[in-house]
Parts: sequence; C-alpha cells; structure tokens
Amino acid sequence: MSSFHPALIFFVGAILVALVRGRLQAFLAVLIPVVGAWNILHLHAGIDWNVTLFSYALHPMHVDRLSLLFGYLFHLAAFIGLIFAYRAGDTVQRVSAILYAGSAIGAVFAGDLITLFIFWELLAITSVFLIWARRTPRAMRAGLRYLVINVVSGVLLLSGAIVHYHDTGSLEFGYIGLGSLASWLIFLAIGIKCAWPGLHNWLTDAYPEATPAGAVFLSAFTTKVAVYALARAFPGTEMLIYIGAAMTAFPIFFAVIENDLRRVLSYSMINQIGFMVCGIGLGTQLALNGAVAHAFNDVLFKGLLFMSMGAVLYRTGRINGSDLGGLYKSMPKTAGLCIVGAASISAFPLFSGFVSKSMVMAALLEEHHVVVWFVLLFASAGVFHHAGIKIPFFAFFSHDAKIRVKEAPRSMLIAMGIGAALCIFIGSYPKALYSLLPYGADYAPYTITHVLSQCQLLFWSALAFTFLKLTGLYPPELRSVNLDIEWFYRTAAPAVVRGAVYAVRAMRGAASAASLALLHGMIDSARVTFGPGGRQSRTWPTGTIALLAAFLLGVYLVLFYF
Amino acid sequence: MNYPDTALVADTQLPALQVVIPLLSAPLCALARNRRAAYAITLLASWSALVIAVLLLLRVHAHGTISYALGGWAPPWGIEYRIDYLNAFVLVLLSSIGAIVAAYAPASVDSEIPRDRQPLFYCAYMLCLTGVLGIAATGDAFNVFVFLEVAALSSYILISLGKSRKALNAAYQYLVMGTIGSTFILIGIGFLYMMTGTLNMVDLAERLAPVRTTRPVLTAFAFFTVGVSIKMALFPLHLWLPNAYTRAPSVVTAFIASTGTKVAVYIMIRFIFTVYGVQFAFASTPVAAALISLSLLGIFFASTAAIFQRNVKRMLAYSSIAQIGYMVLGISFVSVNGLTGGIVHLFNHALMKGALFLAVGCVMLRMKRTKLEEFRGLGYRMPVTMFAFTIAGLSMIGVPMTVGFVSKWYLILAALEKGWWPVAALILLSSLLAVVYIWRVIEVAYFQKPPEDAPPVTEAPLSMLIPLCVLTAATIYFGIFTGATAGIAHRAAEMLMAGGVH
Repeated sequence: MSSFHPALIFFVGAILVALVRGRLQAFLAVLIPVVGAWNILHLHAGIDWNVTLFSYALHPMHVDRLSLLFGYLFHLAAFIGLIFAYRAGDTVQRVSAILYAGSAIGAVFAGDLITLFIFWELLAITSVFLIWARRTPRAMRAGLRYLVINVVSGVLLLSGAIVHYHDTGSLEFGYIGLGSLASWLIFLAIGIKCAWPGLHNWLTDAYPEATPAGAVFLSAFTTKVAVYALARAFPGTEMLIYIGAAMTAFPIFFAVIENDLRRVLSYSMINQIGFMVCGIGLGTQLALNGAVAHAFNDVLFKGLLFMSMGAVLYRTGRINGSDLGGLYKSMPKTAGLCIVGAASISAFPLFSGFVSKSMVMAALLEEHHVVVWFVLLFASAGVFHHAGIKIPFFAFFSHDAKIRVKEAPRSMLIAMGIGAALCIFIGSYPKALYSLLPYGADYAPYTITHVLSQCQLLFWSALAFTFLKLTGLYPPELRSVNLDIEWFYRTAAPAVVRGAVYAVRAMRGAASAASLALLHGMIDSARVTFGPGGRQSRTWPTGTIALLAAFLLGVYLVLFYF
Repeated sequence: MNYPDTALVADTQLPALQVVIPLLSAPLCALARNRRAAYAITLLASWSALVIAVLLLLRVHAHGTISYALGGWAPPWGIEYRIDYLNAFVLVLLSSIGAIVAAYAPASVDSEIPRDRQPLFYCAYMLCLTGVLGIAATGDAFNVFVFLEVAALSSYILISLGKSRKALNAAYQYLVMGTIGSTFILIGIGFLYMMTGTLNMVDLAERLAPVRTTRPVLTAFAFFTVGVSIKMALFPLHLWLPNAYTRAPSVVTAFIASTGTKVAVYIMIRFIFTVYGVQFAFASTPVAAALISLSLLGIFFASTAAIFQRNVKRMLAYSSIAQIGYMVLGISFVSVNGLTGGIVHLFNHALMKGALFLAVGCVMLRMKRTKLEEFRGLGYRMPVTMFAFTIAGLSMIGVPMTVGFVSKWYLILAALEKGWWPVAALILLSSLLAVVYIWRVIEVAYFQKPPEDAPPVTEAPLSMLIPLCVLTAATIYFGIFTGATAGIAHRAAEMLMAGGVH
C-alpha cells in the first residue's frame, strides 16, 4: 500500500505553506486538500496500521466506511475554507487552518484512544490561533477560555483512555457504551467537544470572535470530530436522544434574541448537532446514517452561512444585526448564496438539509419517540426562523443601514459558490451522498408526506415571523449582551478561579454570591499563606527547621516502634 | 541480598576512574589560578566522566553487574564500587548534566562571579561532581556518607558564591540543615554497623536479615529516613531549598537542582531496596504510608507556593520540591511500575529542570534579574531561550511527547494498579497547578509588551544556547523514544523489587 497517512500530508503541507509568502502561499494552501484528496481516494475500508510504542499496541490509521466519509468531508471542508481564505487569510491563519484540518482528519482515522487523544488535543491547540488571529483583546480572552475548556476535554479523554486500558487491557477505539468509569470519562470528554447543553458555551463564546475565515474552519471540524467519536463509541445510548433533543431546542431561544449574527449561527450549530446526537442515540441504521449524513450536510451549509457572514464582516467590519441591513444592494451575489445556505439549513425540499434531517425524524417515528419528535419539529421551525430568515433578513434586507461596500472578493464568491452548488446537488440528487453512508442506506426522502409536511412547517413559521414582525412583537435587534452559562465564568476575574467558580456555580445554582466570596477568600488566604512572605514561602529561621527535623524523627520513631 | 555472582571485571579501572578523574581535576583547577585553564580542565574532566559513565552502562548492559575492589582490597573488607543498572543509569544522568552545565558555564560565570574566584568556583564544581558521582558509584555505606559530605561541602561553597549577600545566609542555612541530614544518615549507618559489623551494602543486606526487627535497626531506619528527607528536600523538610536555589549563581542552581536532590533520591532507593530490603522497609514499618502522604502534601503545597512566586528562579525551586514528591511517590508505591516511574522521573526531571534553570540563566545574563516583570515580551526578544523554556515547561506539565508525560504515565499506571483512584486523580490534578505556574511565565513572555524604557536585549550567546537546546531537545527525544530511559528504569526497578525478596 503506497498511500500516506492522510494527516501527514496536511502537516507537511503546513510547513511548506509557512515557508512561502503572498499569492504562492494562498495557492499552495488550496492545493494541499487536493493532494490529500488524491491520497484518500486510494484508501479503502479495512486498512489498519499497527505500531508499538511504550509497549502499547497503537493503530495510528484505521479505515472503515465511517472514517472514510468524515475523511472525505474534512478534505472538502478544508478545500472550500482555504479558497475562502485566499484573500482574507494570513500566514498564521492558513498554517493553523491546515494543521487544524490535518488534526481533524488524523482524529477520524485514529484506531486507538491514544492517537485519538493526541489529535484531539492538537485540534484545540491548532485551532485557537484562528481565534487569536483576530488580534483583538476580546478574541485573545475568548481564545484562552476556548483553549482551557478544550484541553480539559482532552485531559478527560486521556484519563478515560488510561482507565479503559486498565480495565480492558486494550486501547482500541471502537464501541464503548456507557457503564464503567472509563466510559463516562470518555463520554464527558466527547460531550464537551460536542457542545452539550451546559458544556456548550466555549463554542458560542469563541466562534463569533474568530476571524472571518477562522469561523468557517472552526464550524467544520471540532464538533464534527466529536459527532464522529460519538457515532463510533456510543451509538444507541438512550441518554443521547434526550441530550440531542435538548440541544436542538434550547439554542432557539438564545438565537432569536442574539444580535451578533455569527453568534446566531453558533447557536444554530448546536441546534443542528442536536439532530445528529439524537440520531446517534437512537442507534438504528437509519438514524445513524441520518446523523452522519446530517453532519456532512451541516459542514457544507453551515460553512456556507459562516462564509457569507464572514464576507459581510470582511467588507463592512460589522456583524451585529442592529448595524447591518440593506446589503443586498451592494453584495447581491453574497446575499443570493447566503439564501441558498439558509434554505439548506431550514431543510427546504431540494436543498441538502432536507434529505438528511428527515432521516433522523423518520427514525424517531419508527422507534416511537413521539415527544422527542415534536421537540425536534419545534426546533426545525425554530431553525428556519433564526437561521433561515433572520440571518439573511437582518444582514441583507431589513432597514437600510446605508452601508455601501464592494461585492465580496472573487475567491470568497467561488468558495461560497462551491458550497451552494453542493447543497443544491445533494438536495436534488441525494443518492450521491447516500452511497457513501456507512450503514447501507435504503431511504427515499422525496415522498409526498415528507415534502408536504415540511412545506407546511416552513410556510407556517414564515407566516409567524411575518406576523410578529408586522405587529412589532418580534424581539428587536438591540445592542445587548445576552447572558448564557458562560457568564458564570467570564465574570470571575482570576483565571485560576474560573473553573472552580463554574463548577461551584453550576452545582449550587442560585447561591452564587456566597460561593464566589468563599472562593475569593480561599484564593486570598492561599496568597497570604503561599505568596511571597507567606507562611509557606518565607525564609524560616534555621533553628525552626532543625527542630522540625527532630520532631519528624520523633514521629518516625514512634511510628516504627509501634 | 544476592546479586547473581557476576564476573569481576578486573581488567578495567573504569569504576574508579569515574570518580578519580573529577576528583583530581579539582585541585588542578585551584592550582591553575587562571579561569580559562580551570575551565578547560573542568570541561575535559566532566566530558571524560560522561564517556566513562556511558561505557559503564554499556558494560553493565553486556556483562551484568560490575564489582570493583578499590585498591585491590576484596569486599566486604575493602571498599567496593558496585555498578548495576540503577547506578549506571544514575551515573550517566549525573555526568551528562555535569558535562552540559560545564559547557554552558563560562559566559554565565563571567557575569556572576568575580574573575579571581573563578578557578576556585571550577574547583568546587568538580568536587561537587566528584561527590555525586561517588555516591552513585560506591557500594559501601560509609563511603556514601564521605561522598555525601564532599558533595555537600562543595555545594555550600558554590551557593555562597551567589551575587547578593543573601546568598551567604542561604548557604549557611543549607550548611546547617545539610549537616544535620548527613549526621542523621551517619548515625543510621553507625547503628547498622553496630548491629552487623559490616559496611558493605550487599554484606549488610545479608547480615541484617536476622536482626531486622530489633530497635537499633528500626532507629537507624528512622534516622536514615529523616536524614535523607532533608537531603532531598522532601516536604516538610524542604525549607532550606528555595533560598539556596534562588540565591546561588545560575550555573550552580542548574547543576545542583539536577544532581543534588536526585542523588539523595538515589540513596533512598539504594538503602531501602538493596540494604534494608523491600520486605523489611515496607512490610514491618508504615514508612510507605508516611512517605506517600508527605509527598502528596509536598506536591500540592510546593506547587501552590510556586504559583504565587514573583521570582521565576524561586518559582522553579518550589516546583523542584513538588517534583521530588513525584519521585518519592513512585518509590513508595512499592511496585515495579511505581519504581520505574520514580527512577525515570529522577532522570526526566533532571533534564527538564536543568533546561529551565539554564534558560533562566540566559535571562539572568541579559536582564540581571529574574523577576517575572523581567520576562515581559521576552518571547520576542530572546526567542530561542524562551522557546526552550516553553518546551521544558510543557514537559513540566506533562504534555504528551515530552519526558514529563512518560513519568506521570508510569506513576498513574502504578496508582491504578493498586486501585488508588484518589492518588491517580491527585497526580492529574497537580498537573493543573503546574499549568498555572508555567503559564504565568509564558503569558508574560509572549503576550505582554516590554516596558517602553526597556533597554534593547539580545539573545544569549551561542555557548549558552547550544547546551540549553541540547537539554531541551533531550526532553523531547526521551519523551518520544522511551526505550533507553524507561526501559533501563524498568529493568532497574525489576531488579530492585526482586532483590528485596531474598
């Protein structure tokens, strides 16, 4: 077998990209996923590399249909993203984006937990530069918070891996299923990366602070790797159905009142991942296929939406709904492509969201989860509301904010065009995607019932939006700070305390002020005791130390004698 | 205990040369009266010591344990140098630190120690190296004490050479505490001699068997434990260490931090496993429980103290105390994996802490101080130094692909083997404290701007950067290719655990 490890091409490519400048760099960057694609097309299910390190059997590359699908997807996403970054990127962004894509690809081909852990941590470390590259103080702080939480996820994964190895004597990464301590640690590690409710805030906190191109990459990789890991390790875990349902529903409320349009997209991303998590929780072939297919489509249409908002931010320097409006006059092509993305995410028939979301919904009904089905139905209406209507409406139409800028650069339009074309292609010819699915798909999305019920749903929620808007009941776009769970850790100033405060807060809920004071007190007293001049770090008189030695000798003697 | 009866390797004098070469070079340095000549002698002697140590390790690997009768007097009457996997490994570590720090020394020494005292500095440096190498090489309990004093007395001198007057205070406190420590160890050895009539370690192990539970032997063990705890700065007897490390010249701190406490840990392993035997030490006394609790307390107290320090050198000193905790923890697991973790951490910590202190030495050379403020923006002004600091710092935290990860991996494995979940969790948790104190420096160096009025700073000279980079590269190399370090440590651990059964 003459193929390379797919991640290697990206890591070597990143070095080459770092060595050149200007146009050549941008061009070379786009070339890397193409070379990678040529390599990955030669891979086939069943390849398994063995290496022994530390006397543990590792599988740095393990290929099956599931990992191949995600492999294709990540190459595609990297390709589109790097075209988008042709104009807007700089060296830092390109290099870290390529490394980031490589880490994601390495993670999905990891056959053992240690390799997975290494790429898992690399995902966090390489991607944070896409946030820091914005070079604003806000981005710096948000990036740091993002890094800390993602590294914690990695630490949990490693702990889980060690315990798992201790329990089973194997490091292989396959089906785990909930039960042992190890499985819970790994479950939670994936949960953080997957942005489960309560663990999601790193995403909505950091993604909107990234650079225009950075957000496109971020939206593609980290959470999808988590979805992949869930699909491999925890399919059919019932708890996931409810977690997924909660994920689809709760971001709706935040997304409706949020002003920063890229944060709206971040919330809607959690909502879309909810559909996938739900499907994985169901665990039937149809549901798993639906989850994976939806992950594939989500990368494309969410990437498209992030690209359109990135283009708006790139041209206008603004991203708040209250500051934008009327942009369709200056950026008609971007507006058109954004609407394609909006239609896809809202699951309009003939657009890509429809063919995968309906799989999950159908699987739910097959398994008689009617309540969850209704929650997801509500969430679907909500998606249309905030991502399908709100994003294009407030950015490109609404009141005219009198911004006159140039149309987005050609490279951005090409990238968005590829994304939009794929959305429509998959939506109209779903067999192309279905043939790649890992669990043998036999599903027909375009039945009369499906199409009709989806259209009903969409038109009624459009009507609701129009009605609310006309009557003035719709929450206006305001410059405001909307508090999510992240508020808990962002208000506590010292970085050390943040994690602890978060935990304490989450546990105690309302009794926050008291615990905060307590923690501050603890830090202060630690400073008094351990800080310079404190009891634990001042210079002690020699006599006292000698006395301590004599005392300890006495203790040992007593211990040994009796 | 019985080692397999190994062939006396009479045709070689390597074990003696290991100690004699640095010993003889010391007076030569003093007599040279010229700093360049003294430096040349130091460099030559320390690198020869490294070559000898590597040869010894290869020989042990090929032929098994080496027994060398000093002066031709057969053991147990004469002094025996006995080299097995454990001390061959420790000898390689000590002499490579000695050699690398010696190579690094001249520029830093020029800026911190007056010229006329430099030959004496090199003399004391070689004596200190002699001392630590002697401790590791010898198989005679009293000889251990002699070399312990050689190493200690010379290190008091080295520390007192620090620039500020506080160095004298620190050296004095270290002198008093160090002497108490050595005396306690000597009292312990005295009791053992009284009960057995021998000083040879292998002989001692055999003759101790019938009298193991007598009070003098127990008392000896208590004296020994406390004495060696002082020497290796195990919590709560660590209080002499922060001042000594902070006030000493940069080169001295780097050398002593990577050798002085390590060799004390070696003594502890050697006495507990070879002389007393696992059975006695851990079955008939609760020493394991005491050491585990003290080392865990030490890890947390010292790491927390490190977080609040404003002087980076002092912060690293506290971090050293915490790291000693990991080594002792590994020993007190009394399992092959635990002991492997302890021994390999002894090696790994010497590499990474050596690299960190060498990096701080570069900063000291250029900034004249090592307060945290001095590090502002240093990531861009002294890029190589701070890059090395960052890599070694990541290793300190235990990031995979660095040596720190390997040590912690074995320690956690050992804790899990015993089913001690809380201990494993505490080891992981303590890494978070390391993240905090290392990150403080990295943040200041890379994310803060230097003050407006800061004088221009250039990178440290190549003569310092090359040894620094060599050590830093070693922290990565041995983090990935663990065959040499963890492999040897594992063999040594197996040997020690098996030795205790007899």
